Amino acid sequence: MGELIKLFLVFARIGAVTFGGGYAMLPILQREVVDKYHWATNDELTDYYAVGQCTPGVIAVNTATFIGSKRKGIPGGIFATLGVVFPSIVIITIIAAFLSNFAELAVVKNAFAGIRVCVCVLIFNAVWKLLKGAVIDKLTFIVFLVVLLLSSFTDAAPANLVVAAGIVGLIAKKIGGAF
Amino acid sequence: MNLYLQLFYEFAKTGLFAIGGGMATIPFLTKMSDKTGWFTHMELLNMIAVSESTPGPIGVNMASYVGYHLAGVSGSVVATVGLVFPSLIIILIVAQFLKRFGNSPIVKAAMYGLRAASAGLIAAAGISVAKVTLFDVKALESGNLLGFFNIHSIVLAVILFYLTRKYKKIHPVVFLVASAAVGVLLNFAV
Repeated sequence: MGELIKLFLVFARIGAVTFGGGYAMLPILQREVVDKYHWATNDELTDYYAVGQCTPGVIAVNTATFIGSKRKGIPGGIFATLGVVFPSIVIITIIAAFLSNFAELAVVKNAFAGIRVCVCVLIFNAVWKLLKGAVIDKLTFIVFLVVLLLSSFTDAAPANLVVAAGIVGLIAKKIGGAF
Repeated sequence: MNLYLQLFYEFAKTGLFAIGGGMATIPFLTKMSDKTGWFTHMELLNMIAVSESTPGPIGVNMASYVGYHLAGVSGSVVATVGLVFPSLIIILIVAQFLKRFGNSPIVKAAMYGLRAASAGLIAAAGISVAKVTLFDVKALESGNLLGFFNIHSIVLAVILFYLTRKYKKIHPVVFLVASAAVGVLLNFAV
């Protein structure tokens, strides 16, 4: 039970400081889950994000479910998931109840304009850490670049890009004789 | 149908079909607004603004907000649990599958390609945030070349880039809070 409560609390803490969606959670996950608690590696986080792109649901929540279930099976997955959404419920309820014009307040707008700058820098640092495990040869470098360009300049759905990259991996390893 | 059941059902449906993150829930919420009349399109825009200006995944924030408006705190809990319920089941199944077959050469071969794509998508997300934060595309279109660069933001980004690499021990949250403070002190949103 202690471990389940710890999963809940750690993911609640992560949820409380995730500004700007699932991608912005990545640097916090790397710090807490990879560096501090050693619940997952950077490579595993990359895998979870890949799966999170092609499965239904919110990526941040899916990643929490993955890590929780890796630690403590089904109950672990449930506790980590409830943990990551808990701060949202509390914060949004307070805002909805008392601050109907919250998003219009000058102080909020200014603070978030500052936070967004930090989020870009943190995401780039986070990607840098993932690249060591994800881009390991010429082919993976090409896949990385093509996905980056297609995702930035076309409306290609992330799920399709992930599935296509998986097929490229399968074909390359098949030709290479891995199976 | 009981309001709570209906809330759970509508958000579970959104959670099941919205693939690819929080913003993917918006078309579903637009449809929900037309179908149920729980909120207007105007209110939806307001909710998106609030969800983006609070911590937490955007999809979850939207569910909490809509649920609260309809049925108070319990509504907010029901809508949020509804939203995450389908993915919880699916991810638990996928996690079991990976645990069992994760070491098979076929799964490893697929993951070899997937990881590179995943990193590419995350980098693209970073670039799209950078585009709206560091640059002002509208200014460029109206011929104002200097206005294209948000000088404040670019200077802050360069400083943060240097500090986050120099002081790796400092928790990312410290940098987030400091950036919020800089934003407020220097009126970043203007």
